[in-house]
Amino acid sequence: MKGPRKAALILKELNLPREAYLVICGEELVTEDALLPDDADVEIRPVISGG
Amino acid sequence: MKCRRCKKPAVIKLPRHNTAYCGFCFQFYVYEQVRRALSEHKMLQKKEPVLVAVSGGKDSLALWDILTKLGYHAVGLHLNLGIGSYSETSQSKVEAFARTRNLELITHAYQEAYGLGIVEIARETARPACSACGTMKRYHFNRIAREKGFAVVATGHNLDDEASRLLGNVLQWQESYLQKQSPALAAEDGKWARKVRPLYRLTEREIAAYTVISRIDYIIEECPMSKGAKMFLYKEMLNQLEETSPGTKHQFYLGYLQKKEQIFSPQEKDKQCCKVCGQPTRGTICSYCRLMERVAT
Ligand SMILES: [Zn+2]
Ligand SMILES: [Zn+2]
Repeated sequence: MKGPRKAALILKELNLPREAYLVICGEELVTEDALLPDDADVEIRPVISGG
Repeated sequence: MKCRRCKKPAVIKLPRHNTAYCGFCFQFYVYEQVRRALSEHKMLQKKEPVLVAVSGGKDSLALWDILTKLGYHAVGLHLNLGIGSYSETSQSKVEAFARTRNLELITHAYQEAYGLGIVEIARETARPACSACGTMKRYHFNRIAREKGFAVVATGHNLDDEASRLLGNVLQWQESYLQKQSPALAAEDGKWARKVRPLYRLTEREIAAYTVISRIDYIIEECPMSKGAKMFLYKEMLNQLEETSPGTKHQFYLGYLQKKEQIFSPQEKDKQCCKVCGQPTRGTICSYCRLMERVAT
């Protein structure tokens, strides 16, 4: 994915609900309105685990 | 976006509280929610040691971390279920967590005790894996707490766990399960440990965020046996509702806890002791011992 783009937009484009995922940039958690640079190391982490 | 408390840049937005926090203030928020849960349900006494069931997942490791930070003497208990590399990774995450924080950990491996993992035990007894697993866990939490002298066992169930379970129980009108669903269960017979769920006020997303901010390394993958479990569907549905109406999960579960007393008359005590192992049960032989009969045959 090309940047810069907002964390909220990444979730939207991947069709992922905000309540079930975290956006982590490098090692830091970011809010949905954070603008992530093109070269950012971004992890989209699911929060749901079983049982 | 700025932190509501200190005006530094926020790292997490909490739509259900119409607020946002920086990492430091979010941790403070988490501790407050847990303190509130502990005091509202009189879950723990400050001096009393508590056994924390730790799977290696985010919830249980976060719980262990939080209780320790709040000054409780929390000892970890890890059951190795014997599900191949999933269980190996889980145990190594738990051990690393305990080692780096210098915390006491008890481990128990099914493979060593039975020569079988949970998958084989479930198969031999023709029980769904998650249900056999639940029975086994309950038995060993009770047994180990008793043997090691703990009066209370804490588990990492979060708001999403409780709300989705409530939804499932309502959809099937499971009255006896509904009546029992509570973040704090009293000691059965006075002999067995109390069960408490101090994270019930925090959502799954909040706890995952807490582990990122607090640098807690946990096993992210789900248990390979729980794939397709109904609970995932219920959680997804509740999250859809949460996105359009923030606070839905909180209102659903905490509202239920408030109204529960009016809905049900006090529970009659129909529990007896299992003839084989002595643990509390509804019948004469508990579900664990019935499971074991089938493993043996
Ligand atoms: Zn702050
Ligand atoms: Zn028994």
